[in-house]
Amino acid sequence: MTIHVIVNGRPRDLEVAPHALLLDVLRDALDLKGAKRSCDTQVCGACTVLVDGLAVSACTYLAVEADGRSVLTVEGLAEGESLHPLQQAFVDAGAVQCGFCTSGMLLTAKAMLSEHDKPTRDDVLHYLRGSLCRCTGYRKIVEAVLAAAETAR
Amino acid sequence: MLRPFTLHRPETAEEACALLAGLGEDAAAYAGGTELLLLMKLGVLRPRHLVDIKRIGGFTGITDGARLTIGAAVTHRALERSALVGARCPLVSSVARHVANVRVRNVGTVGGNLAFADPHSDLATLFLTLDASVELLSPRGRRELPLDDFIRGPWETSRAPDELLRSVTLIPWAGDTAAAYVKFGVHERPTLAVATALRLDGTVGVGRNGGERIVDARIAVGCVGPTPVRIAAAEARLKGASIADLENAARAAADIAAAGVDPADDLYGSADYKREMVAVFVRRALRIAAARARGAEPVARFPHAVVA
Repeated sequence: MTIHVIVNGRPRDLEVAPHALLLDVLRDALDLKGAKRSCDTQVCGACTVLVDGLAVSACTYLAVEADGRSVLTVEGLAEGESLHPLQQAFVDAGAVQCGFCTSGMLLTAKAMLSEHDKPTRDDVLHYLRGSLCRCTGYRKIVEAVLAAAETAR
Repeated sequence: MLRPFTLHRPETAEEACALLAGLGEDAAAYAGGTELLLLMKLGVLRPRHLVDIKRIGGFTGITDGARLTIGAAVTHRALERSALVGARCPLVSSVARHVANVRVRNVGTVGGNLAFADPHSDLATLFLTLDASVELLSPRGRRELPLDDFIRGPWETSRAPDELLRSVTLIPWAGDTAAAYVKFGVHERPTLAVATALRLDGTVGVGRNGGERIVDARIAVGCVGPTPVRIAAAEARLKGASIADLENAARAAADIAAAGVDPADDLYGSADYKREMVAVFVRRALRIAAARARGAEPVARFPHAVVA
């Protein structure tokens, strides 16, 4: 099936099988390796991408569902050399250790910020509840998201 | 990895039912895929045809009347954010807010959740207390049946292979009903869920006169048995009880609820432990509902529990 998708701002016409998962299309066909396959069951958040601004697990999302929609991966966050405020906040807060969960955390946080311009700590915790990190203990991630929200205002 | 399949995208319910009837067990109805695709990845289900129901009119709406009807393809997120649901069944909005995680809520649907009949379904447990019924369409016509009859066992419903779940209908509680949903679990999937609702004969928010009585009560328990269950005997025990005597009534109702579930020993705990926890959480949920009935929002937080 041919799908028309805007990936990180760039329109693409892609030929995909009905059973192709969005994660595989992004990683293998488009060479965008930011979204990771980890739990493969929508529990961990490492494969999170935004489809029309909504966070989804690309590991369990048919690529054909993205037809006519726009997909944002972590590769589309920065503008050239300048980091997205969330990325900068993660760097500043030391919210990255092994980095495996980071792209999912960033995109989930971006979706959260588009719904809450003044998020509370509880808003952040609620939204990130389904994003697992085995290194940081979450504290610095939450701090980074709150700091980025502050910067954005 | 998924095995190859053909994706059908019917635009009418008739077309979808005809596809399901014609393809039989080779086909599966598909909406969000948050349950179906996982089982397909594992090879537990191997449908060669998926029938996408999201493009069918009437499957994605929420409509109000004497009852509240929710289309099968409405996502958890849409349920959470619907002003109509918030006004008519506020506990449904807040429970929807805590289903799985935000990614599943953005994609997963109400109909998929119910048709999957996972004993751990938050919505099924809650909907039992709202006297839910489901609407099924097939080439033979339309039928409506109580949610309780629809869910026959773990991952088993009375839906025929050519039937399509179109909507679920709730009977909203009276406006002065106070309610609480409490779920417990170390992981995302809850290991115990309790839905309770209380209606008092006094004026909500000013009570405390000791003369208030419980005129209606609802209790359903999910996760611990093969299906979520509503426990009429526990509800009956609460009716007529004075709110001043809530602790005794709640204790008795909780014990009845614990006796009314059918837990099994498994990796989540022994059957005895689960029964004990049912009693504990029914009491906790009733206390929260009673506090809310009097206009208070208790700050009680229990380890590994979500209060909606």
